[in-house]
Amino acid sequence: MSEQQLFKVTIDNITIEVPAGTTILNAARKIGGDVAPPAMCYYSKLEGSGGKCRTCLVEVSKGSEKDPRPMPKLVASCRTTVMDGMEVKNITSEKVIDARAGVVEFLLLNHPLDCPICDQAGECHLQDLSYEHGKEGTRYEFQRRTFKKHDLGPYIQLHMTRCILCYRCVFTADQLTKKREHGVLDRGDHAEIATFIEKSLDNDFIGNVIDVCPVGALTDKTFRFKNRVWFLKPVDAHRDCPTCSGKVTLWNRGDEVFRVTARKDEWGEVENTEDGKPGWICNTCRFEKKKTSDWVIEGPRMINRHSVISQGHYAGKIGMHKPTETFEAVNDGRKPQLLMDIHSVSEVNKPEVQLSLIDGPAHSQVFNQNKD
Amino acid sequence: MSKKLLLEKAHVEGIRYFDVYRREGGYRSVEKALKEMSPEAIVEEVKKSGLRGRGGAGFPAGMKWSFIAKPEGVPRHLVCNADESEPGTFKDRYLMEFIPHLLIEGLIVSSFALGSNDTYIYIRGEYAWIVNILEQAINEAKNNGFLGKNILGTGFDCNIHVQRGAGAYICGEETALIESLEGKRGNPRIKPPFPAVKGVWDRPTVVNNVETLAAVVPIINMGGDEYAKIGVGRSTGTKLISACGNINKPGVYEIDMTISVEEFIYSDEYCGGIANGKKLKACIPGGSSVPILPANLLLKTAKGETRYMNYESLADGGFATGSMMGSGGFIVLDEDQCVVRHTLSLARFYRHESCGQCSPCREGTGWMEKILKNIEYGKGKMSDIDLLWDIQRKIEGNTICPLGDAAAWPVAAAIRHFRDEFEWHVLNPEESQKRNYGLAHYADPIHVPVG
Repeated sequence: MSEQQLFKVTIDNITIEVPAGTTILNAARKIGGDVAPPAMCYYSKLEGSGGKCRTCLVEVSKGSEKDPRPMPKLVASCRTTVMDGMEVKNITSEKVIDARAGVVEFLLLNHPLDCPICDQAGECHLQDLSYEHGKEGTRYEFQRRTFKKHDLGPYIQLHMTRCILCYRCVFTADQLTKKREHGVLDRGDHAEIATFIEKSLDNDFIGNVIDVCPVGALTDKTFRFKNRVWFLKPVDAHRDCPTCSGKVTLWNRGDEVFRVTARKDEWGEVENTEDGKPGWICNTCRFEKKKTSDWVIEGPRMINRHSVISQGHYAGKIGMHKPTETFEAVNDGRKPQLLMDIHSVSEVNKPEVQLSLIDGPAHSQVFNQNKD
Repeated sequence: MSKKLLLEKAHVEGIRYFDVYRREGGYRSVEKALKEMSPEAIVEEVKKSGLRGRGGAGFPAGMKWSFIAKPEGVPRHLVCNADESEPGTFKDRYLMEFIPHLLIEGLIVSSFALGSNDTYIYIRGEYAWIVNILEQAINEAKNNGFLGKNILGTGFDCNIHVQRGAGAYICGEETALIESLEGKRGNPRIKPPFPAVKGVWDRPTVVNNVETLAAVVPIINMGGDEYAKIGVGRSTGTKLISACGNINKPGVYEIDMTISVEEFIYSDEYCGGIANGKKLKACIPGGSSVPILPANLLLKTAKGETRYMNYESLADGGFATGSMMGSGGFIVLDEDQCVVRHTLSLARFYRHESCGQCSPCREGTGWMEKILKNIEYGKGKMSDIDLLWDIQRKIEGNTICPLGDAAAWPVAAAIRHFRDEFEWHVLNPEESQKRNYGLAHYADPIHVPVG
C-alpha cells in the first residue's frame, strides 16, 4: 500500500479522482467554482466541525460502483465521504436548490440583517450565501429573537443575535486552547454561545474565534466600527513572533493598520503555513501590533476578484467594468454628494467638510485635520 | 384473551422482588443462554424471532446486533434506552415499574450475546422513583449471582449501571443519548459512523429500547421460531401499547398484533370505547411523532380493508393515507377535540425540545409553532396553511437526527387530513374561539375506487 487508493467521483457531471476518505465537499472544492457547495459550519481545520448548518446538502444519485443505489435523503457533503464511482448532484439537482433555499431562509429567520452596521459585512459568509441562494423577501412575520451583547474579555465582542450556531468558535476554543471555557447554553432557537457564567475568554490564541466566525457574531473590538473591509487594502506581512507563526494579513488604509487577521484562503478558512499546520495567529499579533513598523510587508494579498473587498483594487470582471453613465448624468448635472445631508446634522461629522470635495471615500484623518 | 409474554406476571404480588420473580420462573433465560448457548446462537435466535425495535423505528433487533463491530481488545457496550419521553408513550415506565427484573434479565442475556461487560440503562430524569426500583433489582440480581463477576460460574462478567438523564426528549435519540451518557451536551451525532462502530467512548455500542430488551427473555425461553409464530407477517411477537386520550380505559396493553384497530379501541378487553359515549374523530397510533389519522382512515385503509394493530397495516398507504406503529403511544381524540390546538401543542413540544444544532429544525420548529398559534387564536391567514406545509417540507429529511422529521410529520398529517378544519379556523376567527369544529366528515366512510 505505497500508493494511496484513489476514488473516482462525479459531481455535477465533472469527474475527479480523490484519495479515499475525502469528503464530497472537499472533492467538490478541488473542482472549484459553483460546484463547491457553500459551507457555513464546516471548517476543514477544525476537527468535528460540520454537518450542522445544512447548507452543503447534496443529492447522491448513485452510491458507488458496488452499490449503485441512490441515497434516500440529501446528505451533508461536508461529513459524507466519497465512494468509488459515486455520482453527486449539487447545482444540477432541483431538490438541492430547493432545500438550500429553505436552509438560507431558516438561517435568516432570526438573523437581524443589520449588515449596514455590521463589521462583518463584505466578508460575511451568510451575506454571500443569501445573495447566491436566498430569496429577496422573507415570509417570517414575527418578532426576531434577540440577545444582549456580551463582552468576552478586552478584545472580543459577542453579538449573539447575529449568531447562526455553527459551533466553529466552540471547536476552535476546544482545540486551540487548553481549557474548555466556552460552549453552548440552552437548546433550540434560544440556544446561545456563552462562556462559563460571564467569564471572559483569555487565552493567547482565543482571537482566532473572530476569524472562524462566518457571521458578525464575534467581532474584533480593536476594529469595531473603525472602517469597512472594502475600503481597506489587504497585504501579506510577517513578524518574528515567539508565540505563533507570525504570518498575517494586514488590512491597511494608507499607512494605518486597521486590523490584523490570519491569512484566509478562497473558502474563507485560515491557510496552512509551510509546515502544513493551520496558520492560527496569537492575540499579540492580532490585537497589539497595529503599526506598519511592527511588520515586514510581503506584498498585496490576493483576494477573490468577485469579492466586494476587491472592488477597484484589481482588474477583472468587477474592477474593469466601470458604469458607462456618470453620476452627474444620472443626477441631472448635480455633482455627487451624499443624498441625505447627514453630515450637516450629525455631531460626529464636521458639517464644514464637503464630502463631495474630498478625494476618495471619507477617512478619519479628513475630519481630524479640521479639528485644529 | 390474547397471549401475553411480557406482562403475564406483572401483577403477581411482590414480582418486583427477586425471590418472587425467581419463583415465577424468572432468570431461566439467563441460565439457558449463559450455560447452553453461544453469543452467536443468541443473536441468531433473536434474528429468527423477527423481533423489531420497539422504540419507534421498528428496525429488526437481530440485524442491529449483528452489525456490531468486534475489533480486538476494544470493549463493547449495550445501552438500554429508557429515556421514554415521546408524548403519549408510557409503556417502558410501566414495564420497569412493575416487573423490573424482566428488563434486568433481558439485559444480562443481551449483554452476553453482544459481549458487553458494562451495560448502561439511560433513564429519563423524570422517572426518578424508577431508578430506585431498578437499582434495587440490580442489587438483588448481583447478590444472587446473576450479575457481577463470573455469573453462574460461566466466567462472564457483567455490570449494569443506571444513568439518569436530565429530562431532554432529544436524549432518546441514540447518538444524543450516547453523548449525554458520556457527560456531554446531548446533541445528536452525525451518522456515519454508526454507534455499532463508534458509540460510547468510541467503542462499538448497541442501543435498544426497554421493551426490545425485555422481549429477548421470552425469545430465549421459547425459541426464536416459536416467538415468530405469534403475530402476523413481519410483525412478530407481542407489543405493548400505551393507550391514552378520550377512551374509557387508558393504560398499557399487551397485544399480539393480530387484532384490528377497531377492536383495540372498542373492545372491553382494551380501551373500552370512547369515553362519555362520544364519537371517535382522530387518533395518533404510535406516539406524538407519527402522522395523525382521521377516524375513517384509522379503522379502514384507503383500499377499504380493515386496519390492524401491526407495523405493516398501520403503515399501509404510506404517509398519504397511513401512519406508523411508532413507539406504541396510542392517543385517541374524540369529536370535541380541536386538531389545530392539538397540532399546536405538539409543535410547541418539538420547538422546546429541539437541540438547536442544525438550522432547519432549530428555526423551523419555532416558526411552525408561531404560525399555528396565530391560526389557533383566530389571527391566521389562508396563506399560513400553505406556508406551514412548505416549512414542514423543508425540515423533513434535511436534519441530522429524526427530531426534525418527528416535528414535521404531525403538522404535515394534520394539514393533509384536516385542512378544512384549519381553513375553518382562518375563515371563522371568532367562532373558532368559542366552539370546536366537531366531528365533521372525518368518520364518514371513504370512497374506495374500484380496482
